[in-house]
Amino acid sequence: MSELLQTPLHHLHVALGAKMVPFAGYSMPVQYLMGVMQEHIHTRTKAGLFDVSHMGQVIIKGADYPTAAMALETLIPVDILGLKPDRQRYGFLTNDTGGILDDLMLANRGDHIFMVVNAGCKITDLAHMKAKLSGVQITEITDRALLALQGPSAQAVLSELNPMAANMRFMDVTSLSLAGSECWVSRSGYTGEDGYEISVPTAQAEALAKRLLSHADVEPIGLGARDSLRLEAGLCLYGQDLDDSLNPVEASLTWAIQKVRRTDGARAGGFPGSEIILPALDQGVTRHRVGLKPEGRAPMRHDVPLFQSENGGEQIGIITSGGFGPSIGGPVAMGLVADGLHQPGTVLYGELRGKRLPVTVTSLPFLPANFKR
Amino acid sequence: MKFTEEHEWLRPEDDLIVVGITEHATTQLGDIVFVELPEVGTTVTKDEEVVVIESVKAASDIMSPIDGEIVEVNSALADNPALANEDAIGAGWFFKIKPSDASQMDSYMDEATYNALIS
Repeated sequence: MSELLQTPLHHLHVALGAKMVPFAGYSMPVQYLMGVMQEHIHTRTKAGLFDVSHMGQVIIKGADYPTAAMALETLIPVDILGLKPDRQRYGFLTNDTGGILDDLMLANRGDHIFMVVNAGCKITDLAHMKAKLSGVQITEITDRALLALQGPSAQAVLSELNPMAANMRFMDVTSLSLAGSECWVSRSGYTGEDGYEISVPTAQAEALAKRLLSHADVEPIGLGARDSLRLEAGLCLYGQDLDDSLNPVEASLTWAIQKVRRTDGARAGGFPGSEIILPALDQGVTRHRVGLKPEGRAPMRHDVPLFQSENGGEQIGIITSGGFGPSIGGPVAMGLVADGLHQPGTVLYGELRGKRLPVTVTSLPFLPANFKR
Repeated sequence: MKFTEEHEWLRPEDDLIVVGITEHATTQLGDIVFVELPEVGTTVTKDEEVVVIESVKAASDIMSPIDGEIVEVNSALADNPALANEDAIGAGWFFKIKPSDASQMDSYMDEATYNALIS
């Protein structure tokens, strides 16, 4: 395996006592001295700073915004043309069989689209977009780090650096001067908490991170807590909850496909796999991504098989991601279950170390989100 | 008290051996959220999986360091698995085993040797 890449904050992570692990080709902090549990709780009660510089930052530029938006709509089944300036929305790249190639955030930045994609998919995403799109420039931004500041104190903390941060609402995107750097800031995140994602020039990334960490309410948070936070928030992890064999309807992401792209919409279809995804929207699917709450204390993780009864019977589903939810105080999971068994309240059984233990289908998120709408 | 390379500790108590994992191990595992203990009365053999520990990060198996019969388990861990983090070599013990061959203890490290291993 080739050498691990480092983010611009690598030296800071090491200095802060992080335990570094390989993740998507990068050396990343899985936890700091506080530990996963305390880091999770701290993010939910005050604010956590995450280094997400491994993720891909991409600019898509055409003659004007509509040109870039119309091009990208041929690969992504969401309303990009109708996205207002300085607004962001969730989307995904689909393949010809309706599966999800990657999930992502995209923003209307006036004369271009700014996109944030998963670290593990960024190389294939860029190749896919460059191969399929013409008349637009697709540029990976490699001279900026990406930080996430998440938690109920995030607004107060960022407002000390620039009071304009407080005026942003959930999914707003803007350029803000922070500690002397021009940053691209969105009010969003991956924890279910209020917060910001901040794209900062590499040269100023460490200084900005240190400045944010100097606030009494802010602690550095690793990938371990990032995973438990997003799981409690019911947010998907690409590669576990989503992959190229699962379509967005099966993944319970229909909310992300606006009416204008659906059957009878003004710009219906026209994206890879539309002949599978649109009928799936209209006629239903055979499996669904759902929240699952295991009874007792034993966590059920990725790949635990699910059954309808305590004994015998065919497998009817699988856990796609699961673990311990520190804010819930018990195990939480998401999984795929057969149509008809996906209603909240349905009791299923996960087979763990040869024993079938009850799990209840639960609506997501496990915790109500704290977004500033 | 003896230590294994798998970061278990064994402490003789009358004719029984108390088994747990070291503070070094619990620190590596991170916050422990679930401990599945064997049933009392189970006969186990050396290197057989007897305990499953779930930390926030992952599940780990703990092997029995010796042959014998499980005569008591630490039921306090069921409600408070964090005991294994807070007091690894005390209140965080896992099980007591009645050894069928106490000489199996002899092959394990003393504290100084173990401390050298983890330092």
